Amino acid sequence: MMLGDITRGLRGHPVRPPESGMSRRKSVWTKLRIDPWILLLLLVLMGAGLLVLYSASGQRLETVIAQATRFGLGLVVLMVLARLSPTTLLRWAPLLYGAALAMLIAVEVMGDMGMGAQRWLVIPGVVRFQPSELMKLAMPMMLAAYLCRRELPPKWTDLLVCGLIMAIPVLLIARQPDLGTSLLVICAAVFVILLAGLSWRFIAFLVALAGAALPLLWINMHNYQRQRVLTFLNPESDPLGAGWNIIQSTTAIGSGGLLGKGWLQGTQSQLEFLPERHTDFIVAVLGEEFGLVGMLVVLTLYLLVIVRGLWLANAAQDCFGRLLAGSIVLTFFIYVFVNVGMVSGILPVVGVPLPLVSYGGTSSVTLLAGFGILMSIHAHRRLLPR
Amino acid sequence: MRDRRQVLKNTHQEVRIFRIRSLLALLLVVALTATLMGRLAYLQVAQHEVYITRSEQNRVRVEPLPPTRGLIYDRNGQLLAENRPTYNLMLVRERVEDLDATLNLLVELLALPEEGVEAFRERSRQRTRPFQPALLMSDLEEEQIAHLALNRHRLPGVEVEAQLLRYYPDAEMLSHALGYVGRINAEELATLDPGNYAGTHFIGKTGVERYYEDVLHGQAGLRKVETNARGRVLRELGRTDPVPGENLTLTIDRDMQKLAYELLDGRRGSIVAIEPGSGEILAMVSAPGFDSNRFVTGIDVASYRALQEDPDLPLFNRAIRGQYPPGSTIKPFLAIAGLAEGVITPNRVINDPGYFQLPGDTRRYRNWLRWGHGRVDMERSIEVSNNTYYYTLAHEMGIDRLHEQMTAFGFGQRVGHDVFGESAALMPSRDWKRGRFNQPWYPGETISVGIGQGYWQVTPLQLAAATGVLANRGKWVKPRLAKRIGDQEQQTVLPETLGDIVLDNEAWWDKVFSGAEKVLSGSEGTARRTGVGLDYRMGGKSGTAQVFSLGQDQRYDADELAERLRDHALFVAYAPLEDPQIAVSVIVENAGGGSTHAAHLARAMSDAWLLDDEEPDVEELREEMENDDASVAGN
Repeated sequence: MMLGDITRGLRGHPVRPPESGMSRRKSVWTKLRIDPWILLLLLVLMGAGLLVLYSASGQRLETVIAQATRFGLGLVVLMVLARLSPTTLLRWAPLLYGAALAMLIAVEVMGDMGMGAQRWLVIPGVVRFQPSELMKLAMPMMLAAYLCRRELPPKWTDLLVCGLIMAIPVLLIARQPDLGTSLLVICAAVFVILLAGLSWRFIAFLVALAGAALPLLWINMHNYQRQRVLTFLNPESDPLGAGWNIIQSTTAIGSGGLLGKGWLQGTQSQLEFLPERHTDFIVAVLGEEFGLVGMLVVLTLYLLVIVRGLWLANAAQDCFGRLLAGSIVLTFFIYVFVNVGMVSGILPVVGVPLPLVSYGGTSSVTLLAGFGILMSIHAHRRLLPR
Repeated sequence: MRDRRQVLKNTHQEVRIFRIRSLLALLLVVALTATLMGRLAYLQVAQHEVYITRSEQNRVRVEPLPPTRGLIYDRNGQLLAENRPTYNLMLVRERVEDLDATLNLLVELLALPEEGVEAFRERSRQRTRPFQPALLMSDLEEEQIAHLALNRHRLPGVEVEAQLLRYYPDAEMLSHALGYVGRINAEELATLDPGNYAGTHFIGKTGVERYYEDVLHGQAGLRKVETNARGRVLRELGRTDPVPGENLTLTIDRDMQKLAYELLDGRRGSIVAIEPGSGEILAMVSAPGFDSNRFVTGIDVASYRALQEDPDLPLFNRAIRGQYPPGSTIKPFLAIAGLAEGVITPNRVINDPGYFQLPGDTRRYRNWLRWGHGRVDMERSIEVSNNTYYYTLAHEMGIDRLHEQMTAFGFGQRVGHDVFGESAALMPSRDWKRGRFNQPWYPGETISVGIGQGYWQVTPLQLAAATGVLANRGKWVKPRLAKRIGDQEQQTVLPETLGDIVLDNEAWWDKVFSGAEKVLSGSEGTARRTGVGLDYRMGGKSGTAQVFSLGQDQRYDADELAERLRDHALFVAYAPLEDPQIAVSVIVENAGGGSTHAAHLARAMSDAWLLDDEEPDVEELREEMENDDASVAGN
C-alpha cells in the first residue's frame, strides 16, 4: 500500500539509526507527529504577535481574539496535516493544484463581472476564501511532485513544464492584482526548482533574463505598483501620499530606539500616524514599542524556525518531502525578509504580511498548514525504522 | 518501474545537491537577516535622534491662540470699533474626501452664486501646514449655519468656527479716519511675523487700524497639543495665553465727527478739526464715506467696483490725500511770513487799483473786486481778502523766502503724527520746478502762489494744522489721533515736530488775529454773514480753489457751469481768539464761494465744540446755506 511504496522506495538508502533515548522521551510528540522545537518557536511567535496586535489594533480585544481563533484553527490544520503521510500529499498534489487553479480562474471571471481587485471567492454565508493562499502550498507541492518523477537535476524540458505550471497561476494572481502573493508563489516555486538542482549556468541565464525583463515588467505594472517603486526610491517626494507609509513606519521604528517606548506607549502607533499598523506594517509597532532588542529577539526566533526547518528538510528521506519542506521554509523566510525590509524602508512596498504577527486570517492558516506539511514530512521519516 | 529505478539511481546525487543548496540558502538567509538587523540598528540606534524628533513633531502640534484685537474708543469713551462674535466656515483639506463635490455642496447649501465655488477653491488652497483649517467664508448667517449642521455627515473636514469679527458701529462717518481691517492677503502674509499672526485672519488695512496695527493686534499665544494622525486634538500639553491688543482711545470726538459728516452730507469735501494746544484731532471727515464693515468680511467684486467707479470717489480719503489749491485761505499765513521776513509791517499800506502788474510787464493780475479795494493795510487785506496786497507781498518776498516760510507752516510735508497714508501735497519751489519740469521759476508764478493758486496744493489736514499753528501764535503741535494706548496717556510733545514760528514783535500776532476776526465780524468781512450772532471771538479766512483756470479777463457765472466745474469752497477758522480751543479747515468741493458753504460749516463745528448748547440743527443750517448761495459775491 501507501506505506509499502515508500518503504520500498527508501530501502536502498542508509537510514539513520533512531536516537533511541530521544524518541522514547519525546514519544508524545512522535505520536502526534509534531516537531516540538518548531511548535515551541511558532507558539512563542504567535504569543508575541498577539501582544503586539493588541497594541497595534488600538487595544481592541476583539481583534486579538479573532486572531487567536485563527491561530487555533491553523494549529488544528497543522496537526491534521502532520498526521497525513507525505505520500498522500504527493497524490493530492495535482488535485490540489488543479482545484486552486480552477478557483483562481473563477475569481478572475467573477472579478471581470465585479469591480476592481478581486481576490476572494465567496460562497455567501458559508466561506470567504482567497484561492491564491491555497496556491501558495499547492504550487510547491505540484512542482515537487512533478520533479520527483523526473531525473534530477531537471532537464530543459522539465523546466519548460515547470515554467508552465508556475506561470499560469502567477499571472492570474498578478492580474487580481496582488503583487505580494504572486511574489510568494513565485518564490515557493523557484525554491523547489533551485533545491532540485537547477544548474548554475541556467540560474545565471535566468538572472540575466530577469534583468532584461525588468523594463518589460515596468511597462506592464499598474500605476499604483509603479508609484510604490518610485516612492520606495524617494519617499520624501510625496510625503502626504504614497510616501506617507514609509516615512511613518521608519519614524516609528527609529523613534523606538534600543529599548522601545514600551508596550502600548508608541505614539506613532497609538496616535494612528502609522498606516495599516495591525496588518502589513505591524512590525513598525513592534519596533517602536519594543525597540531594537524586541526586533532582534523576533528576528532571531524567525531565524531559528528557518534553521530548524532546513534541518528537518535535510533529514527528509524522499525527494518530494525534501523539496517541499525546503521550499516551505525558505518561502517563510521570504515573508519575513520582504515584510521587515519593506517596513524599514529598504524594499519597496509589497503587500506581504509578517508571518504569525500581522493580523489576517487566511495567511496565518496557510502558514501553519505549511508547517503541518513540514512536520508530516519529518515525522513520517522517523516512523519508518520502527 | 523503469522510471522509479532511474530516480532511485540518482538519489545520492539528489541528496548531495539538496544539502549544498540548502546550506547555501541558509547562509543567504543568515546574511539577509543580518542585513535587516543592520538596517534596524541604523534606524534605532544611529538615527534614533532624527526619528524621535520626527515622531515628536508628528504628535505634538503647536496651535496658535490669536489675541483679541484692541477696541477703539473716541475721546469720551464711546465705542468706535468693537469685536463681535461671528461664525466662520473652515475647511481642513486633508480630511475632505472629494474636494470638488464638497465645495459644490457648500455653495448649494449656503445659497451662494456660482462663482462662489472658484473663490472657495482659491481659499481652500491657502494653508500653511497639513490639517490646518483654511477660512472659506466669514460671517455665516444663522440660516446657513443651520443648513450646514443638518448636512454635517455629508461634509467631512468642514467646520463652523466661532470668531470675533471687527465691527464699526459708525462705519460711514469714520470710514476714512478709522480705516478698517480686512482678511490678510498673500502679500501681507509674506511680511508678517508668522508666529504672531499664525492664528490671525485680519489685519488693519488703512487708517488708525493700520497705523496702530502693532498695538491693536496684541501678542499671539500658543498651545501645544497632542494630536492623532487625523489632526484631532487629544490633549493639551502646554499653553501660553495670548496677550490681547491694547485698547486705543482716539482724540476724535464722535459727536464732532458725526456733526462734520452730517454737515457734508450730499457733498464732496472734508472737515478737519484740531485742538490747537494739544494737536488732538477732534474730527477728520472725508465725504462721502463708505460702509467699512463690508470690507471686513470681504466685499464682493460688484460692490467694490461700484464704489471704485463712483464719481464721488467715496473710497478716497480727501482729508489727508485730497490735494487742493488753498486759495485765499493762506493769506493770514502769508501775512505772518511777510512780517517775519520784514517785507511788510502791520501798518504798511498798499494801493489796490484792482490789479497788480509786474514791473515791465503788461499782464494784469486781478483782484477779485474788479474796481479794487483802494488803500489796503494788513488787517484789511485779510478782512476783504485783497489779492493785490498779496501779489505785492509775494513779489517782494520772492519764491525762495515764500517757500521757506510756508514750509515752516507745514505745507508740502506730512504733518500728522500717526496718520496713515497722508499725502505731502505740494509747496512749489525753484528746485521743485527744475526737478519736475526742468524749467526755471518765472516771477509771474510767484504772484499766483501769493493768492494760493498756481502749483501750490494742500491737504485739508495741512490747512487745519497750519491754522492751529497760527492760533498757537507760532507754536507747532503735531496733529495726532491717539490719545491713550491702553492706560498710557500719549505724550503731547512729539518727535520731528517743526520749529516754532517766531515774530520780532509778539503784538503782530494780534494784528493778524484782528484781520482774521474781521473776516467774520468786519463790515467788509468776506464771511460776515457767517459771523452774525457769534457768542465768542472767532478768526477765519475764506478761500476759493479754481477747478480750472479762466482766461485773464474772463468772469464767470457759477450757475452756468456744470456743478462739477464750480469752484471748491474753502474756509479755515479758529476760536476763541484769546485762547483758541479749536482750529478747523473745511473744503466743500464745487460749492462756489468760500464765504457761504465752507464758513457756515466751520462755524457750526466751532459752535458745537465751544458752546454747551444742544446739538446744532444741521437741517436749518443747510437751508440757510442754500439761501445764501444766490447772494454771494467773490472770495
